[in-house]
Amino acid sequence: MTNRVFERRRWRQLPVALALLAPSAIILGAFIVYPLVKAVFLGTERCNSTGTRCIEGGWDQYADTFRSTEFQHALWVTTQFALVTVPLGLAFGIGLAVLAHKHLSGVGVFRAIFSSTVATSVAVASLMWLFLLQPSVGVLSNIGWIADAFPVIKQPGLLNDPGTALWSVALSSVWANLGFTFIIITAGLQGIPDDLYEAAALDGAGGTRRFWKITLPLLGPSLLFVLIVLTTRAFQAYGEIDLLTEGGPRPDDSTTTITYLTYGRNSIMATDQGLQATTAVLLFVVLLGLSFLQLWSLGRRVHYGD
Amino acid sequence: MAAEHRITGARLVGRYTLLGIVAFLTLFPIYTTLVAAFKPGDKVLVNPLVPDSFTLEPIMNAWSDGNLGRYLFNSFVVAMIVTIAQVATSLLSGYAFAMLDFPGRTVLFVAFLATLLVPIEATLVVNRRTVDGLDWLNTYQGLAVPFLATAFGTFLVRQALMAVPGELRDAARIDGAGHLAFLRYVALPVIVPTVGALALFSFLSSWNQYLWPNLITTEESMNTVQSGLTLLRRSSIDEPNALMAGTVIAAVPIFVALLLFQRSLVRGLTSGAVKG
Repeated sequence: MTNRVFERRRWRQLPVALALLAPSAIILGAFIVYPLVKAVFLGTERCNSTGTRCIEGGWDQYADTFRSTEFQHALWVTTQFALVTVPLGLAFGIGLAVLAHKHLSGVGVFRAIFSSTVATSVAVASLMWLFLLQPSVGVLSNIGWIADAFPVIKQPGLLNDPGTALWSVALSSVWANLGFTFIIITAGLQGIPDDLYEAAALDGAGGTRRFWKITLPLLGPSLLFVLIVLTTRAFQAYGEIDLLTEGGPRPDDSTTTITYLTYGRNSIMATDQGLQATTAVLLFVVLLGLSFLQLWSLGRRVHYGD
Repeated sequence: MAAEHRITGARLVGRYTLLGIVAFLTLFPIYTTLVAAFKPGDKVLVNPLVPDSFTLEPIMNAWSDGNLGRYLFNSFVVAMIVTIAQVATSLLSGYAFAMLDFPGRTVLFVAFLATLLVPIEATLVVNRRTVDGLDWLNTYQGLAVPFLATAFGTFLVRQALMAVPGELRDAARIDGAGHLAFLRYVALPVIVPTVGALALFSFLSSWNQYLWPNLITTEESMNTVQSGLTLLRRSSIDEPNALMAGTVIAAVPIFVALLLFQRSLVRGLTSGAVKG
């Protein structure tokens, strides 16, 4: 009998619940779910520049786009970008957090400094780095001994040389993400109880051993979170590329990532919404696969405490 | 005191030296930006590391010629709309998921969370068409409406409300409080820290949006700070002091906001990382 009472109460609460959920559901539905579903179908079409006239291109368009030189190139550029920014970001984040974690006097100042880049938007951070790296009006090329030691800084410039452009953008991106990474990992460190270290020290474990046996394993959840966020950000990188290199240098398109291929002003897709939708959906699929892969392969090994 | 915490002599000096070097490298781009933003044009590239002259002219010019005042205003309006709306919609939906029991609750909650898996870049092609179709290009509603709700906020509010004791709900009901009254007068005061963190997070995400304003803004006066910097980069690349002055103006409000709300920020950023 009580079951029936509860069941009736659940149904009675349904209208109120739906009313409370409606504002969120409408926005999420109209601007996340609908555009994703719509993009899947739009991805089968070829459109004119305004998207007013589209003709059916068929589902093959996904396979064709995926196999195209342009997409493969962008996928490779994006992968390289991620392979640089994610490990470097993690390493710097862990290093700085451990360095600034100790009970030193004045460590608060250093923490504030290391967190500071969280206040820079992608545009602000990118313009700061543009000013550092730009070959004619930049800082580095106008400091005599640096420009002499590394001629590439002046001619053709780190952002204009196909060999260095992507790494330069990556460096600016690592810097911009540093504050975020540092804050998360520092919070993770604070959750590790001091007596674990004390017990390990009593047992004769040195600093290096304590780092590998206690710090890293117990940081697991924070590191997994940072790993996934940094990977996602690397695959979504757009602002730094737009402001630093505009996808160039050409003709190699050395910094044309998938996102820049989709939305960039100079991209060959800039005027075709059908193709843009195709790459947007492919980006979603690639990112989803990566996130699941990371969660699946690492998630089981991460120690969440109790 | 454990051995761990006793660093002395040479090791202490070494640790501070290392911290100093890394701090210097972290601040270097910010330092060079500040130096350039307050130098006259003919001095910027002579000794770019030395603040040997000081003028407010680049800042004034960026403000008036670069139209940054207008862009700041636009960014502020959009970010405020988004923040207020995200807090409101998250409170309502988070309340429904945490406090009400109704058929389909789990399915709907999972559906909400699933939207977090969709990268924003995958939706913007169609969202631009939608906004164009509504005739919302170059408008505040075009900039703000797609971001008025967030599953992340719903999740945060739900988690916080789950910690509110059921007895409070029952007591309030006996006193005749409806759902909205309960949310407003009983639950909200308990979860203020969470709501503060969510508000700051929403404001920052909106303020920092780069791709979306660039996609739907064609009229110069409707740019946000971020898309305004894109324009400034194209027009002022040969005047680094003007460009850096614009960068400083764009960065200052967020630096100030974060100094004021540091605690909330750390809470907001880490709430995604801790076990739920």
